[in-house]
Amino acid sequence: MSEVVAVEVARVVDRVHRESWSTVLASVVRLTRDLDLAEDCTQDAFVQALRTWPDGIPSNPGGWLTTVARRLALDRLRRETTLRRKLPLLVEDPVAPGDVEQPTDPLRLVFTCCHPALARDSQVALTLRLICGLTTREVAAGLLISEATAAARITRAKKKIAAAGIPYRIPADHELSKRLDAVLTVVHLVYTAGHVAAGPDLTRTELTGRAVELARLLVRLMPTETEPQALLGLLLMTEARGDARLSEDGELVLLADQDRSRWDVRMLAEGVSRATAALDRGQGRFVLQAAVAGLHVTAPSWEKTNWTQVVRMYDAMMVSWPTPIVALNRAAAHSLVPGADLEAVLAEMDALSNEPALKAYAYLPAARADVLARLGRVDEAADAYDAAITLTANETERRFLTHRRAGLCA
Amino acid sequence: MAQYMFLLFDSEEWYDNVTAEDWQQAMKLHGAFAEAVEKAGARILGGEALERSSTASTVKNREGAEPLVTDGPFIETKEGLGGFYVIEARDLDQALELAKLCPSGNVEVRPVMDTSAGSAPA
Repeated sequence: MSEVVAVEVARVVDRVHRESWSTVLASVVRLTRDLDLAEDCTQDAFVQALRTWPDGIPSNPGGWLTTVARRLALDRLRRETTLRRKLPLLVEDPVAPGDVEQPTDPLRLVFTCCHPALARDSQVALTLRLICGLTTREVAAGLLISEATAAARITRAKKKIAAAGIPYRIPADHELSKRLDAVLTVVHLVYTAGHVAAGPDLTRTELTGRAVELARLLVRLMPTETEPQALLGLLLMTEARGDARLSEDGELVLLADQDRSRWDVRMLAEGVSRATAALDRGQGRFVLQAAVAGLHVTAPSWEKTNWTQVVRMYDAMMVSWPTPIVALNRAAAHSLVPGADLEAVLAEMDALSNEPALKAYAYLPAARADVLARLGRVDEAADAYDAAITLTANETERRFLTHRRAGLCA
Repeated sequence: MAQYMFLLFDSEEWYDNVTAEDWQQAMKLHGAFAEAVEKAGARILGGEALERSSTASTVKNREGAEPLVTDGPFIETKEGLGGFYVIEARDLDQALELAKLCPSGNVEVRPVMDTSAGSAPA
């Protein structure tokens, strides 16, 4: 096989892996009702693709992989019937017959991975593994945990799914919105894990890219739901600013100081249009977050952002999602409304400092420091920056905060 | 169908001041729970109320030593294990829905292990 062909095939297999892993796996799971077996067969099908596609890439690669993976699974099931331990099988939806492929199969897989009976950490690891098809090593690298921890998380979660009878099913209408919220939270967590990575690098593109793909998958699978649409818009608008978040020498640049001409216009346009469409149809928490992001990216500059409107969006969020972090964001936005009463904002932030959820949250002292500096209370601002510097786990952020602190005396 | 044990953990102080009416009311709630289970197409296979954890004894079977009998429950918790049900349900989702209807402050839902021939722990 020529080098060129091999490279071309590897490229196609890689693309199909990203696009079709969850579809192929979900289809095999329906057949085996055993996640491990299904994963093995799906993996083997991709290995076969690498071997046989140099002779000709099938016209429908995803379909080819599904057929091969299902055939491998059938072989294994037949061969192992006598040997197999009697393991608990996944509980399926009674209305869906076992051997018929359903277009909603990947969605079942998503809801199973993000079942509320699984710990959030496990939901994230399992989603990366089963929906995105990442290896345990890649999951570990993405989440900055050891490979052993990642493996344990994934194994434990899979065992619980089988032993506790977590069903392989799309939730009923009355619970859908709550269950969907858990799924979206997981996707958002995958994104933020990549976006504000601890350690030396500011982003791990692999993870943010996967999160955007997950959001796209959800939009495709649930085209009538508003929140996935809003989440995708939100992620795209954040992603579009990627390059501008770092200066040429690798320093963090705040949204306020970013060179807006470096934003990715195409990604931004798609993000804004998705957010706008979502805002017409709903008021969920991702719709409102996307709306805030939209107000930022469509403003000509930081100063000319419609802060009053931003505060209004956070007020709406506080109604259904009254968390200390939303309250902090609201206070920070409030401080930027022209003519805002900064003393009142500071009181708002101080009140939040007792919140257990914000105890280790670097943005609170960082936001306080900013307000204190604008009030001319330099010493207190320096103390607040110090607190933020101690709390952040990100090198680039630490350097940024140190720089801001040094700027106080100037 | 799968089997689940519902472990009902509640404050035991309630027993200290319980009136006849309170007790009747509690029994009524459990009656209503049983009806809800039937109506959902699931089944109660067994269940009992338990005496207070202060009446519990724990036997520790130690390797190479005499079994040790101690006073009290195996695990001390703020809320005591006050009763249990064994429920047959379609899957965890149905079991959790039923646990929400169970008259107890905290319901731990545990799948019952299949110990029939040829089975093994997952």
